[in-house]
Amino acid sequence: MKRTTWILLIAITGITSASAQHEDPIYNRPFVANSGATAIGGYLEGNTNYFSEDGVSEGFSMELRRFNIFLYSAMGSRVTFFSELEFEHGTEEIALETALIDLRLSPELSLRAGILLPPLGAFNQNHDSPRWEFVERPLVSTEIIPSTLSEVGFGIHGRLPLAGLDAGYQLYLVNGLGNGIVNNAEGRTHIPSGRDDEAFGEDNNGQPSVVGRVDVRRPGLGALGVAYYAGNYNTWRVEGDQVDEKRGVRILTLDLTSSAGPLALTGEAALAWIDIPESLSELYGHRQAGAFLDVIYPFYSGSLGSLRDVTVLAAVRFEYADMNVGQFREGGGDIGDEQTAIALGVSLRPNSETVFKLNYRYHWQDDLLGNPIRLAGVQAGFATYF
Amino acid sequence: MRVAGLFLLLVLAGCDAMLPSLPADEGVLAGPLEELSGAQMASHLVGDAAFARVFSPEEGLGPLFVAASCEGCHVGDGKGHDVTTLTRFGRFQEGLFDPMLAHGGPQLQHRSVPGYDAEKIPTGATGVTRLMAPAVTGLGFVEAIPDQLLLDLADPTDADGDGISGRPNWIELPPWVNPGADSRPQGSRFIGRFGKKAAARNLVHQTANAYLQDMGLTTSFLSQDLVNATVGEATGDTAADPEIRSDEFTNVVFYLRTLKAPPRRDIGDPGVISGERAFEQAGCVSCHVSELRTGPSAIEALDRATFRPYSDFLLHDMGAGLDDRYTEGSAETSEWRTPPLWGIGLAADSQGGQARFLHDGRAASLEEAILLHGGEAAASRTRFTEMSEQDQADLLAFLESL
Repeated sequence: MKRTTWILLIAITGITSASAQHEDPIYNRPFVANSGATAIGGYLEGNTNYFSEDGVSEGFSMELRRFNIFLYSAMGSRVTFFSELEFEHGTEEIALETALIDLRLSPELSLRAGILLPPLGAFNQNHDSPRWEFVERPLVSTEIIPSTLSEVGFGIHGRLPLAGLDAGYQLYLVNGLGNGIVNNAEGRTHIPSGRDDEAFGEDNNGQPSVVGRVDVRRPGLGALGVAYYAGNYNTWRVEGDQVDEKRGVRILTLDLTSSAGPLALTGEAALAWIDIPESLSELYGHRQAGAFLDVIYPFYSGSLGSLRDVTVLAAVRFEYADMNVGQFREGGGDIGDEQTAIALGVSLRPNSETVFKLNYRYHWQDDLLGNPIRLAGVQAGFATYF
Repeated sequence: MRVAGLFLLLVLAGCDAMLPSLPADEGVLAGPLEELSGAQMASHLVGDAAFARVFSPEEGLGPLFVAASCEGCHVGDGKGHDVTTLTRFGRFQEGLFDPMLAHGGPQLQHRSVPGYDAEKIPTGATGVTRLMAPAVTGLGFVEAIPDQLLLDLADPTDADGDGISGRPNWIELPPWVNPGADSRPQGSRFIGRFGKKAAARNLVHQTANAYLQDMGLTTSFLSQDLVNATVGEATGDTAADPEIRSDEFTNVVFYLRTLKAPPRRDIGDPGVISGERAFEQAGCVSCHVSELRTGPSAIEALDRATFRPYSDFLLHDMGAGLDDRYTEGSAETSEWRTPPLWGIGLAADSQGGQARFLHDGRAASLEEAILLHGGEAAASRTRFTEMSEQDQADLLAFLESL
């Protein structure tokens, strides 16, 4: 993975100096000849943290969460390429999040292949920090829907009018999630731990997963999307010999973007069903559920000191995630491992690409047994496209 | 803009006011001993993190296990829950207890990594017991009790005629357990003091057993993975052994050794004071000895320190009702080590809000736990039942204050 990453970086930095060297065969490539159709962009996000869990705080700290580089290129009018290279916490984690090619046959039908973002809910494909008023990503979209989920795969997508609505669809076959859903250092079912970079090279069980989403939009009303993901996640055979039972994961999501008067509403809900070995039941959840809703109110637009066309927004997020839905067999009672949170925010947008955020979060958490944990904190952050 | 200004003012007025507050010291089981040096505190904190570490199969968890971390059973260093309660089994053959080692005994690992069969209780097991994880606070004090003090407390033949005949559990030690310089062995056997039957000598002994039997993690002391003997799956896992490095093991033992004694609450409350008198009058203190003293220790807070565990750490016959037909060491099946009562008032805080008492959590209240006492404790139970309602309430209030 790292080698791929560096090759890509070298390719990017080479663009600016290559045009004068067309005689050299290594520069005799379409991206140089057609450099006008190539665009580089990205985004940067960082924030401060001051949190306390049950009265114990690690104090104040700052983090540079992401520095992501986009590379886009159009090869003629029908073929486009897009990639996203992500640096998290400096160079602590470097990942090729997207590298895909689209062949547009018509507005109703395009073919897509490569490392893509499965349309599992809206957030996974629309998670860039500059678009959001909160520093933290929604719990349901990161703990149940494993955003950011990148998968190697291919499929089709398109948009078409449908009964006066603008309807869209996406359908892909992907390598799928891996053993980490259960074999992880979380000690519980954790779908995000099923992401595995090795899946960019090979499926762990030779059976692709399928993911699809349909959405409808209507101007003035907003958009509604439904997505479904299904596949076996465990390595149930090795070199043709069965070593385990097949176990699957299924995730159903519902996402909404709408408005009510001056309020903008964005939300997402998910239900997940995970096949877990019986010997792990109760500690590891068979079902998970969660949802979030962001309500955004732009309460000022205009000048602010020397800044013109500034927008200031107030935001509130309600969210919930239950990582282990069910009851204890012995003694009854709800299995815990859930959290409810509320976040309040004020953000300042000096332009459409940049946002400065000030957030306060409070979490009501229960551990597996139902023992309460209280977590709260203040974050200030920034995010900008470039 | 006024809304933003107010919001900013709220934030600047004091982040701490908007954050969860630290609970009072006496309301929390977890925490280090006072007077630890900087180096000791650093080791304690490293051990704390290791105690909380959740293991994956790749790191050595299993293949058979009960829980994926120490803290999974001892949440917040407190008592356990039904979902992580251990099961142990065995059988009697020709008058001797057989822990059924060839059948995966004595402990059942009812969980397993994917693709591996978990254990089931084998046919032929005549004794099956369930053992709820105890709180781990104050263990350093217990470890530092001189053997001689336990022998002084013992009265195996009930020579004083009070109906109480506590005795140590004399256990054979594996070669890797150092019994300590002040040990008072009886032939080849030593006094055990940890576990529901007092079948572990010290914290190294107890911790190595727990890593292997509870989590399937090997240490330099016990370096072979558990396997499910009953189905012939004689394979271990794919992690190199020992799966717990010696420094991690040592730090966890040090962490356990340097946890503070559980704190008291409401000491000055008249009901609590009265309840302590009722506790004494009922004879509970014959086994639940209020005050003990440690021997010499390299850790200042444990060195010749007086502490109040409300236990004599000896075995007592608890009657037929609590006889699970299972035993360890030289204990009879109806004998249990007197559990320390310190911290009992905070039990529910680690059990999801519903406290569970006695060795397997069968009692849902302190009163129910008292009423389930039998054997040597039957007389105290009777005295409790004959008390006035007020005295009973005060006695329970006293227990809640521990």
